[in-house]
Amino acid sequence: MTTLDITHKTLTDFIYAEARLLDEQRFEDWLDLFTDDGHYWMPLAHGQTDPRLHTSLMYEDKLLLRVRVERLAGQRTFSQQPKSRCHHLLQAPTVESSDPGGEHIVRTAFHYVETRQDQQTLFAGWTTHHLVEDAGALKIRLKRVDLVNCDAAFGNIQLFM
Amino acid sequence: MERYTGNPDAVRALVRDLEVHKDTYIDEEVFALEMEHLFANTWVYVGHASQVPNKGDFYTTTVGTEPVVMVRHTDDSIRVLYNRCPHKGVKVAGETCGNTGKFFRCPYHAWTFKTDGSLLAMPLKKGYENTGFESCEAKHGMAAVENVKVYRDFVFCRLNPQGIAFEDYFGESLSTIDNMVDRSPEGRLEVAGGVLRYMHNCNWKMLVDNQTDTCHPMVAHESSAGTAVKVWQEAPEGTPKPMAVELFAPFVSSYEFFENMGIRVWENGHGHTGVADSIHAAYSPAPGYWEQMVAAYGEERAKAILGDTRHNTVYFPNIMVKGPIQTLRLFKPIAANKTLVESWTFRLVGAPDLLLERTLMYNRLINAPTSVVGHDDLEMYERAQEALQSRGRNWINVARLFDPAEKEQKNVATNGTNEWQMRNQFRAWAKFMTESM
Repeated sequence: MTTLDITHKTLTDFIYAEARLLDEQRFEDWLDLFTDDGHYWMPLAHGQTDPRLHTSLMYEDKLLLRVRVERLAGQRTFSQQPKSRCHHLLQAPTVESSDPGGEHIVRTAFHYVETRQDQQTLFAGWTTHHLVEDAGALKIRLKRVDLVNCDAAFGNIQLFM
Repeated sequence: MERYTGNPDAVRALVRDLEVHKDTYIDEEVFALEMEHLFANTWVYVGHASQVPNKGDFYTTTVGTEPVVMVRHTDDSIRVLYNRCPHKGVKVAGETCGNTGKFFRCPYHAWTFKTDGSLLAMPLKKGYENTGFESCEAKHGMAAVENVKVYRDFVFCRLNPQGIAFEDYFGESLSTIDNMVDRSPEGRLEVAGGVLRYMHNCNWKMLVDNQTDTCHPMVAHESSAGTAVKVWQEAPEGTPKPMAVELFAPFVSSYEFFENMGIRVWENGHGHTGVADSIHAAYSPAPGYWEQMVAAYGEERAKAILGDTRHNTVYFPNIMVKGPIQTLRLFKPIAANKTLVESWTFRLVGAPDLLLERTLMYNRLINAPTSVVGHDDLEMYERAQEALQSRGRNWINVARLFDPAEKEQKNVATNGTNEWQMRNQFRAWAKFMTESM
């Protein structure tokens, strides 16, 4: 297997492309970006280190992410009638570390807007992507989303940040 | 125009045998009366003793819409104080939790109060001499809630000085708390894992009603739990069943399952689903736990404790407890159309971590603002809150399996799809709303 030539630009382009898939609601394609053992983690506490013995807003493996994606497309998903839309505004990602053949960690500050009907909700935070090479492509092993107000009371958050 | 204030007959008329008037959910005056009467005449959950283990530890919350602070006093007892400085009205304890030492100090003018609320000191005290200050309300410090009861570490209070006694109010319903605590080999729970806070633009009673509504899961949760089952069925044969699927799948059980699991209805608005069976009955065992329980209680008693797999227990007015999955949901009223839902979880002290892990996963999957099950429910509540404004219909129906004889019965188990428990809640509602009018 050839190793990808992973540059700083490869990594940041990946982050932008991933956000675009979400904004365009191409959820099946987005799901394909995760490794089979990949997780999407949205902690409930600041600086949370344990997703198991402390509650999170989300700590989802690929199966649970698939449930969400299929649910969003379901005919009887009443909380998506009408549908939500979302918008990511990203700061330039910073490559925190890059291990050729291993893990690449990229941190990105973001503003995220989720809308449904007349309601528009703004969220702000940082994502940390743990990216790895998998079958010749860059994949997400962990996407961690730290909201600046992770412990606030929220209404529905139905899509992905 | 005031229609209900000082008019107990008008309040009682909102609750019929088979239906409830929409004003109970949408009318601001009714909401204000609930805060004044219902949440003062009933025993309302405040917090858990494990949140304030040491002297001076405090936790701030609300009872109805009243800001209160629960604090461990210097004599080790737990006190509940109205969180309001008697001087200029400032909220004294600002953090959600912390340790205040031997006294609270108001951040505005440095008046200090012992942890039982009494006035300790104020700067320039001489300025109050010969002023008649002794006759002022402020002289008595922060107001303490007189009636506080700690039952197996669960702290409840009744704001009105007079009213029903704790034991009479809860009666046999305390067996659910007993069962949850007994599930710890040491007979002790600790708040653990953080609290999920979920804002709902709907009336608080919609959440309470939903807890024993067994005819909605297979419909409203088809999108979430139903999809989880479907995705799981597509997994390659031989894949071990993930914990998440084990937690989701029972939500889409058949009507027959929910009919057979039963509902038990207690006095004063309390009741629970899951008498004979429940959606929590078939979870995989945690290695080592059974042995711990047998060592602690003996085999027969351990079997009885773990065999009691109640689903949702409503402690009227505004909490729901799940013994088998160690969860407490608190429906905090904010306005007629706004409710903060807090979902708390507990560690069974001495039990394997796997049980806490499962409890936390359940809470995250079902009760978080990011929960697909939560999305299903909140959509229904918010649609109801909006559409109840309609003039086309004025009543909400609670007639399912009504029997006129039920009004004379107490502590009875019935068909799991009976709306008796909803009717029970509204009978208690009318009683405690009008008791002090």
